[in-house]
Amino acid sequence: MFASFKDKIGEAVLPGDVFTLELPSPENKAKAEKLICGPGLRRDGDNVSVCKCGVLRHKPPNVFWIDSQQKRYVPVKGEAVIGIVTAKSGDIFKVDVGGSELASLSYLAFEGATKRNRPNVQVGDLVFGQFLIANKDMEPELVCIDSCGRANGMGVFGEGGLLFRVSLGLVRRLLVPQSELLAELSALFPCELVVGLNGRVWVKAASTQHTLILANLLQSAENMTAKQRQQLFRKVADGAL
Amino acid sequence: MDVNEHEVSPATREFGCEQNLLSRPDGSATFIQGNTNVLAGVYGPAEVKVSKEIYDRATLEVLIQPKIGLPGVRERAREQCVRETCEAALLSSLHPRSSLSLILQEVHDDGSLLACCLNAACMALMDAGLPMSCLFCGITCVISTEGQIITDPTLQQEKESRAQMTFAIDSIEKRVMMSSTKGSISVQELQEAIALSQRASERIFQFYRDSVHRRYSKIQ
Repeated sequence: MFASFKDKIGEAVLPGDVFTLELPSPENKAKAEKLICGPGLRRDGDNVSVCKCGVLRHKPPNVFWIDSQQKRYVPVKGEAVIGIVTAKSGDIFKVDVGGSELASLSYLAFEGATKRNRPNVQVGDLVFGQFLIANKDMEPELVCIDSCGRANGMGVFGEGGLLFRVSLGLVRRLLVPQSELLAELSALFPCELVVGLNGRVWVKAASTQHTLILANLLQSAENMTAKQRQQLFRKVADGAL
Repeated sequence: MDVNEHEVSPATREFGCEQNLLSRPDGSATFIQGNTNVLAGVYGPAEVKVSKEIYDRATLEVLIQPKIGLPGVRERAREQCVRETCEAALLSSLHPRSSLSLILQEVHDDGSLLACCLNAACMALMDAGLPMSCLFCGITCVISTEGQIITDPTLQQEKESRAQMTFAIDSIEKRVMMSSTKGSISVQELQEAIALSQRASERIFQFYRDSVHRRYSKIQ
């Protein structure tokens, strides 16, 4: 059934490309398989059509999606992002997450927060949270607690560190399990790294100099092959910067 | 170039492009056809002014900046052609209440400017990763005083022509999405020009595919 997908895995596809599903005929009692379409793929009658330009990816057994190099973030439910608090109004904060609308964040959505005990959040602070509501028709809503009410790494950022933007593709490459890039980076300098899926990365190393080097390395790793990157990192490790 | 190839697909000038060359916009591209060159930048989906908000789809705004001076009536007419083509290709209902802005800067005009604007726009929209139902390309044809149809003309050829037509063609069924004509054309000439443009579009779509392949070859 997935034959038309199988020969295109790992290849670049363009909007308008169509994959046909060879559906088993009703007489044939073969069990119908399920197909899960991720970002960039749309069902169009009996076909699946591509609506984004990128590389077709597959996760066995039946998940397909398109990996593209975008810069603009579109909020998705459950994704963890770094936001900047831009306004305080009554009992909600307005947070800029890089999407088309500001996200709202309730002051009760922090660990240990109650009506009496408000969290200490000022305009201009950075917060790390996840989307509780994110769909095209509604205002996105952030929370800084998980479903059990624990912070679980989320909340307001402390002093120091540096925030910068990279492409969404690089962020996803950093977040894959056993990311090579992340391993190479952490081998260079010990650092704290917060990666938001909206393309924002926050780094804090032992000194300002190290923080800046790490930020520059990450930004330049964007358009490098693995070999070029390793060469650069080796140079830095030898003290070239 | 092969002589045979000329017979198969109508002659066009050499074309080239570069994607993601600007750092600030969400998507950018430059498209070169011969000496004609257009630079495109796309911002969006971004916040929209309340007065321009559409509740069930994104608001698309197209701006064309001429090489010299302020945009005038001619640019406005081109903007409308590009906007309506892009609106047909984009799945704007996936980003309601947001704005998409497409800015096209003319770098050099040596004929077929509207076609080049359309091609640059498509490349920039692809780079921005906006959802599209199909791709599109623009092709300009002129009919010379001898009645010969020339695709992708230069400025000189445009000036010497009797009539000029620009078509936007979609990538799936190669149908005409938009047409803009100037001068008098017979029905037969129009149909011939459309058929020629459809054949020329195949080369542009192949070029789109090749450039995307090259761009994504680095990331494994």
